Amino acid sequence: MTAPFYVQGAWFVGAALFIFGLKGMSSPASARRGIVIAGYGMLIAIAATFLVPGLHNLGLIALALVLGGGAAWISGQKVKMTDMPQMVAIYNGMGGGAAAAIAAIEFARGDAQGLVTTTLAVLGALIGAVSFTGSCVAWAKLQGVLRKAYRLPAQNAVNVTLAAVAIGLGLSMIALAPAQPQLIIGFFVVALVLGLIVTLPIGGADMPVVISLFNAFTGLAVGFEGYVLGNPALIIAGIVVGAAGTLLTQLMAKAMNRPLSNILFTPMVASGPGE
Amino acid sequence: MDGLLALYIFMLAAFTGYEIIAKVPVILHTPLMSGSNFVHGVVVVGAMIALGHAETPLEQAIGFFAVALGAANAAGGYVVTERMLGMFKKKEGTQ
Repeated sequence: MTAPFYVQGAWFVGAALFIFGLKGMSSPASARRGIVIAGYGMLIAIAATFLVPGLHNLGLIALALVLGGGAAWISGQKVKMTDMPQMVAIYNGMGGGAAAAIAAIEFARGDAQGLVTTTLAVLGALIGAVSFTGSCVAWAKLQGVLRKAYRLPAQNAVNVTLAAVAIGLGLSMIALAPAQPQLIIGFFVVALVLGLIVTLPIGGADMPVVISLFNAFTGLAVGFEGYVLGNPALIIAGIVVGAAGTLLTQLMAKAMNRPLSNILFTPMVASGPGE
Repeated sequence: MDGLLALYIFMLAAFTGYEIIAKVPVILHTPLMSGSNFVHGVVVVGAMIALGHAETPLEQAIGFFAVALGAANAAGGYVVTERMLGMFKKKEGTQ
């Protein structure tokens, strides 16, 4: 928000390159070029962020970038082609986790103020947390760590109840802002459990569609946290992915000749918070 | 940020995302999912700012976690998408 114009400009260029890149990726001839263009956008956006005035913990930031980015880079290079979908799932889940963690910091600092900001922070945290644990389950299933589909008795009722509790806690966080630490922790725990419980009963064959849905979720979460942070680049990238991912999920479900509701089994819960 | 201005950004971005995907061939569904997964890795920028403003050890810990996860999202998403599209190109060439 208070970033100087050259940082804002770099973020703007980054957001523009993301859109060009995605556009390129939507056609076979230019797909490879598209990801490279988007990659440059990411590098520019990250490099410019170091120039934001008044940032502390620069050493920690660099260390986290190297550790997280390096580990993912190496694992992404090593993985077999057939294991790609679960890698997409786990990286996507990490993005959702990052969005939820940003919200957690904002809550802990009491920085999220005002009705709209608090609401979007809570919404982004909920969606991001669900995407985080849900994607981890998707990874575990495709990787063969979890072989069975665990179905609770009255699964739908459990899903609806958990979602209602999560939304209720979220609403009380909005009403009571700045919220108590116990409330914040409770909210995150319920949101994380919700992601687990919703995804556990879904079979491995349906996972690509579910991963695509969580991809759209993470996009929305990033967009909402972008609003909280006052960063248009995050809003644009997040919402573009949220919209594109939602449509892509529907297209994939259609290509499998199954309605999305059939795959998720409980459309109310699975798509409720995202829309 | 101005709330209404942000609303306009939300709307335009949503339309943009929709239009980009609207006519994509089925064979590109998975790479495009992976590519959009990479794009929301820009969350790392937000995480860097959050960690940069963190003061207490708890905030620093959560912020460190956020930056590491966001960086993994970006780096992993890029590598995986690039490899997928590389394979795709080879397949196109042989046909």
